[in-house]
Amino acid sequence: MSETVETPVRRGKPPLIRRKTLRRILPWIVIVTFFALWEIFVRLFEIEQFVLPAPSAIFAAGWQWRWPILDNSWQTFMTTAIGFLIAVAFGLLAGLAIGSSSLIYDGFYPALIGFNSIPKVAIIPILVIWFGIGTVPAIITAFLISFFPILVNVATGIATMEPELQDVLRALGARRWQVIMKVGLPRSMPYFFASLKVAITFAFVGSIVAETVAANKGIGHLMLVASSRFEVPLAFAGLLVTSVMGIGMYAVAAAIEQRMTGWAMRGADGGMNAPPA
Amino acid sequence: MKGFVDLDRVSLRYGGEDDGTLALHEATLKVALGEFVAVVGPSGCGKSTLMKVVTGLWPPTAGSIAVSGREVTGPLSIVGMAFQNPTLLPWRTTLANIMLPLEIVRPHCTRLRRERASYEAKVRDLLALVGLKGFEDHFPWQLSGGMQQRASLCRALIHDPSLLMLDEPFASLDMFTREELWMALQDLWLARQPTVILVTHDLREAAFLADRVLVMSARPGRIVAERTVDLPRPRALEVTYEPYSVALVHELREHISASRTQTACKG
Repeated sequence: MSETVETPVRRGKPPLIRRKTLRRILPWIVIVTFFALWEIFVRLFEIEQFVLPAPSAIFAAGWQWRWPILDNSWQTFMTTAIGFLIAVAFGLLAGLAIGSSSLIYDGFYPALIGFNSIPKVAIIPILVIWFGIGTVPAIITAFLISFFPILVNVATGIATMEPELQDVLRALGARRWQVIMKVGLPRSMPYFFASLKVAITFAFVGSIVAETVAANKGIGHLMLVASSRFEVPLAFAGLLVTSVMGIGMYAVAAAIEQRMTGWAMRGADGGMNAPPA
Repeated sequence: MKGFVDLDRVSLRYGGEDDGTLALHEATLKVALGEFVAVVGPSGCGKSTLMKVVTGLWPPTAGSIAVSGREVTGPLSIVGMAFQNPTLLPWRTTLANIMLPLEIVRPHCTRLRRERASYEAKVRDLLALVGLKGFEDHFPWQLSGGMQQRASLCRALIHDPSLLMLDEPFASLDMFTREELWMALQDLWLARQPTVILVTHDLREAAFLADRVLVMSARPGRIVAERTVDLPRPRALEVTYEPYSVALVHELREHISASRTQTACKG
């Protein structure tokens, strides 16, 4: 049939491949260049190590302290992951409730915004009073800081359902929850996964801030101890590990997004990520 | 006479009781079982409102509606609907999109799990009937507008509705695709004989497809004229250029322009 829509991507294949490899190595070029410039800058101006250590010193410190770093990173990773998972579950359910009922939306939204405006650092001392120093305040902080974007995105996805799409189902006698399960929820998935990428980095910020304030383990705690002992390269190594973990979790969230909602991404790169037809 | 669809002086007002817009004003119409009725009228005359009222999506402000002898108080599951936009779900394949009503309407939703294969076969047959064979596993955005609209028609028909409501389903298509789909719709109707209410502003479409054409006045919408189309079935496209159809279209056009000039001052 002549009506089929063929994606015209195929024709430009050779330049596309070159572009693709370029896109793959470009992030590495940026990172390596960044560290190289940093190294040159530090050496050129002979900056003291306790002010700004050179990348070489940071990597050396990282290698020297690799076991404590690994141990503490694992702690941070676990608290972040647990807090984040709770945030996903809560954000999804609350977003579902708020997005599907304008009454719940009107009632809860202002309170939620008010709550979200509170700097989470300010809550940590209270959490310490309740739960003591340790893992629990870090998990709760990670959760508190990361659930909001998930909730808002899911709620938006559901609330902006096309009225005609709802009519199609309602005309069949579908109940409200059926409309939400069949249309609203799948429809909000691109919003949901987009928010995961934001939320995962937020969760990291939350757990590390909490560890810095009140913990006896974790990468935040390690950095605090390191800087109090003027082990500045070690503190920087901690930062580095944190950002590597952040990239890793972001990549996982992005990969899941790609798999689950390829149908919504079709415009981004000429339909290349579209599910196979 | 009691019709299959029976509207008795139905009015609908948007917004407030007094200051809202009156979209429908005492519309009365009867549609017999298995009849194909087209409703034409100037744009904004409340045709789509009529659809929503008949399917029970919106309750009327005044008057009563009965379908199949029963008062309409809420959405009816014996209705299939198709709109100007195909409104297919982009995350579902053509096949899965057409299965959607089966997941909701009784008794299919309870049987679906056990008899999935036979239902899928049914969907494939229906797709073949509208010329979409081989596109079962395509996603909506991989189909052209005409093909999406065919799929949308299939979705409206898959649960064997006894009433098919079509709200300008071909309005956004080019003329050739539109004529192709007229033929597809006629085939579907002849094969299954549902009662059809087609809302359109294409007079040729109305004259070609319908057994009876109703003309609505400009807002507030009322039925101002009615014409029976005496053409044998199945009709070929050439029919629309024969004197009978041309005269019919001409007459319908005059009814509409007359109703427009009457209410022109109201905008």
